[in-house]
Amino acid sequence: MDIKRRLLSRTFIHAFLILGAGIMILPFVWMVLTAFKSVAESTSMNPFVFIPRIWRIENFVEVIQQNNFFWLYYNTIAMIFWRVVCALGFSSMAAYAFARLKFPGRNFFFGLVLFQMMIPVQIFIIPQYLMVDKLGMRNTIFALVFPGLVSAFGTFLLRQFFMGLPKELEESAKLDGCNIGQTFVWVMLPLVKSGLIALGIFTALFAFKDLMWPLIVNSRSEAATLASALAKIQSAYSVNYPRLMAASTLSLWPMMLIYILFQKQFIQGIATTGGKL
Amino acid sequence: MHRKHTKAKINEWFWGWFMIAPMMIGLMVLNIIPAFQTLYLSFFKVGAFGRGNIFVGFDNYMKMIHDDQVWYAVGNTIKYTLIVVPAIIVLSMIIAVLLNNKLRGKHIYRTIYFIPAVATPAAVAMVWRWLYNNYFGVINVFIKKIGLQSVDWVNDPKIALFSVAIIGIWSIVGYNMVIILAGLQVIPNDYYEASSIDGASPVCQFFRITVPLVSPAIFFVMITSIFQSMQVFDIIYMMIDVTSPAYDKTVSLVYLFYNNSFKYMNQGYGSVIVMLLIVIVMVVTVILVKMQRKLVNYM
Repeated sequence: MDIKRRLLSRTFIHAFLILGAGIMILPFVWMVLTAFKSVAESTSMNPFVFIPRIWRIENFVEVIQQNNFFWLYYNTIAMIFWRVVCALGFSSMAAYAFARLKFPGRNFFFGLVLFQMMIPVQIFIIPQYLMVDKLGMRNTIFALVFPGLVSAFGTFLLRQFFMGLPKELEESAKLDGCNIGQTFVWVMLPLVKSGLIALGIFTALFAFKDLMWPLIVNSRSEAATLASALAKIQSAYSVNYPRLMAASTLSLWPMMLIYILFQKQFIQGIATTGGKL
Repeated sequence: MHRKHTKAKINEWFWGWFMIAPMMIGLMVLNIIPAFQTLYLSFFKVGAFGRGNIFVGFDNYMKMIHDDQVWYAVGNTIKYTLIVVPAIIVLSMIIAVLLNNKLRGKHIYRTIYFIPAVATPAAVAMVWRWLYNNYFGVINVFIKKIGLQSVDWVNDPKIALFSVAIIGIWSIVGYNMVIILAGLQVIPNDYYEASSIDGASPVCQFFRITVPLVSPAIFFVMITSIFQSMQVFDIIYMMIDVTSPAYDKTVSLVYLFYNNSFKYMNQGYGSVIVMLLIVIVMVVTVILVKMQRKLVNYM
């Protein structure tokens, strides 16, 4: 009796979870299928013609040719790379100092970090845009990286990681003749590797998804990112949905692939950002 | 001895200042000064590309108070938040609790549920716009097949905000589920065993053990999703054009900020809208901090 009931509840749980998984994944399946169809096929009123009759790659070819897709990949990767490097480098240094060193003004400076974290980012955008404009740096990689040069969130997150390490480590490093900088680089930094990975993933995801900033600052189409180019592509192709779906497939696959390959790091990284704050 | 001690102390000071310097200089230039600049700009009429600012006192603020669209945007933003946040909390909690069982294939489920979180909102909005399409979208074709009236998901002013909210919920449930699941996994199994011996039902265990012990994670999800929802932009920007009949019923504060600052290049007015957003966020923050003391159970 009990086994029967458990089996029934198991079946129910699986049915629910499979339904949910379907809702999560079917929009992407439909996107890919539409991308291989002709316009006529995509607007066929029979929804049960799911699979394209002929798998056409024309949509992909034309979307790539008409929208500088190679530049879009390059810009997006460059932006993510520099934002991750800056966030990890500057934040880990500052985080260590805030967590472990005593110096005048520490609480005041950390208060500024908290202020940045808590206030909506829109308050920074107009002056940041005016600065980039004044420097004559619009439509460059620098402009894309600019607001991500420092990460208050990263400083806060890594500080939590450093605070969790035992004090004895630094004392023994000091006895071995390390100065504070050496202790940081050789002893402490390797121990917060999981925090660095989490911050790297978080920063990369955030940069990849960002729409408003690249839209504002890099308005030339060859300077756009994958996300911001989609806005223009959408108005250019209007209702040619196979082309639009080809464009979104092209913009989504790199991050999806990276996620599938490193899913454990992604999920652990996100879980730790939740647990550490 | 004493002198050596102070020397070490001063050495530590210099290392501290040196290590926070790049971060703090960046923070000053990129964030702290700009925050005050935005406040300053809110009292000016800003010329195109920032040239020729004219001081206008509280004119921008007065204009905002009499601007219907601003109040639509406030209403829409609050409505969106009130739809999205409870849905996210309930759904991610349910899925996390189910996945916390010994279940075959739970890692595959977890992987799949997280997928929308690695997708660009711009692309996601485009895909959903296709699904929602009035004539050829799968959802409407399906609705018609089962004999119901098709729904104009994107352009019907009464429905569009819900359509946007569905995308918002769909995108982020998996992400928050992962955070709650991490909170669930640290609850010791003994608690459940001990209460089972005392005769507690699974429902009772859920409300008396699971919910209180995972409340920090739930609260974290609540805070982050409230702040994200109040700053919603990408999906609405991609889904609803300024010319759409549903625009007034869906425009969010940040979308309005974007349009005024960078489409109409009226950055003084854009700054005022930011100040309104800040005030609303601050009020919500105070409420949340008060709630935290009552609701959250830190182990």
